[in-house]
Amino acid sequence: MFKLFTKKKPEHNSENQGRGILVFENTTEVIRAENALKARGWEIRVMGPPPNIRSGCDLVIEFPLIEELSIRRSLTEVNIEPIQIVPVNSVLLEPVSLLHEKDYGKYLMVRAANMKITVERDTKLIVNVSGGGCPDVPYLAGQMVNKHLHNAPQPRDVGYTLCAYALQIAYDRMVEIC
Amino acid sequence: MLGIVGTIPEANFPLFSGRVSLEGNDILIGNERINVNRGTPAMIAAAIETLKYMDKPEPYCYLVGDIGDGEGSMHLYRHLIDNIADTSFHSLAFHYFQPIVSLFKKVTAAIEEMPNRPILIADAGFMYVAKMGGDAPFFDLFTPDAGELAYLADENAPHPFYTRGFILHEENLVLDLIKRAYQHNNASSYLLVKGAKDYVADKNGVISVIDDPIVETLEPIGGTGDTLTGIVSALIASGIEIKTASANAALVNRLAGFYAEPTPATQINEIIKQIPRALHEVFGN
Repeated sequence: MFKLFTKKKPEHNSENQGRGILVFENTTEVIRAENALKARGWEIRVMGPPPNIRSGCDLVIEFPLIEELSIRRSLTEVNIEPIQIVPVNSVLLEPVSLLHEKDYGKYLMVRAANMKITVERDTKLIVNVSGGGCPDVPYLAGQMVNKHLHNAPQPRDVGYTLCAYALQIAYDRMVEIC
Repeated sequence: MLGIVGTIPEANFPLFSGRVSLEGNDILIGNERINVNRGTPAMIAAAIETLKYMDKPEPYCYLVGDIGDGEGSMHLYRHLIDNIADTSFHSLAFHYFQPIVSLFKKVTAAIEEMPNRPILIADAGFMYVAKMGGDAPFFDLFTPDAGELAYLADENAPHPFYTRGFILHEENLVLDLIKRAYQHNNASSYLLVKGAKDYVADKNGVISVIDDPIVETLEPIGGTGDTLTGIVSALIASGIEIKTASANAALVNRLAGFYAEPTPATQINEIIKQIPRALHEVFGN
């Protein structure tokens, strides 16, 4: 426990140091790693990879390169292994941060990027999930629709892609406001 | 004949190629029965209803189970790479799929070897990967919503998730985004942009706007874009010119939504049931 607290130091915020990126097998692994590292106090960012390592629908975690060993250790503790760790000099892409809420009276819709989730206010039942184009979207919709907002499987746990990541952002916002 | 390529949201659904039919709320794929909820099954169901109305055969589909890990999509990419050149379709519609640029490019190379190049339609994951790979102009029609149009308009975004805020902003005009998408070669020959108003456009600008009836509650309903892609693909495969088919499909989809009297909790199969009535309204006279 003491070790955990000693890690939460401001020197993780290293604007002037070299940056590295952790590359994972899929978005689910990125989300697991993000949660594990943030829980341990690391100041990391989920970003879009540079074009030279982009394969399609992917995310990477940006971190201060000098912390590589400690970051690796943190991930090993939770059995997560990045497939690649590389330094980065080019600009990484910022994920979309705009959230849009639409009030339908009895229902509320939240949109993040291309994903939308709609909840019935009184019952907190998820009544619809829409948008997106990756193959886990229809699967996630099938898993989440007609479930209570707080009991539904979360995209971070059962999704794989950027669409799932966007849906998680919309879901988190819905939990906040609903 | 219409060909459809897409995914079934089940992990172990085997790779399938063949005719697909519709029975009640299910599509019948070989010996399997899949509930029409959203995604490619909803797109196929809408296409079948439209083809039936136009007195055309059921679509020939290439399908595989994929819940997002991309394993099924990779099998199907390889199947298409090995087999698509020897097929003959009037139109091919590509739908939900894991975007993998390297495999996608091999599929387009295989399509170029087909004896007669089909009309190519893309939505969802296949539209994403076409833009990611810089191959949007290879396609004849994309069917983006306003958010996906912003993605096409952002020359730097590899996925809608990375669309830059100044482009995504609500006040941006659809017309500007269409222009920008064509300026950067990130649009197909025609665009059918679905939203509060539906737009049919090409590189010269907007060809038609379809804004009636207005049904605000359609936006939250998962699958309304899928049905639009299914309808327009079927109309094109029936021999209707792309821009005319796009405008008619937008109207049919809006009418089907209107007839379903939807709430934000309505499920897509309620709208699909209204497609024959909407088709009759548009083409019956």
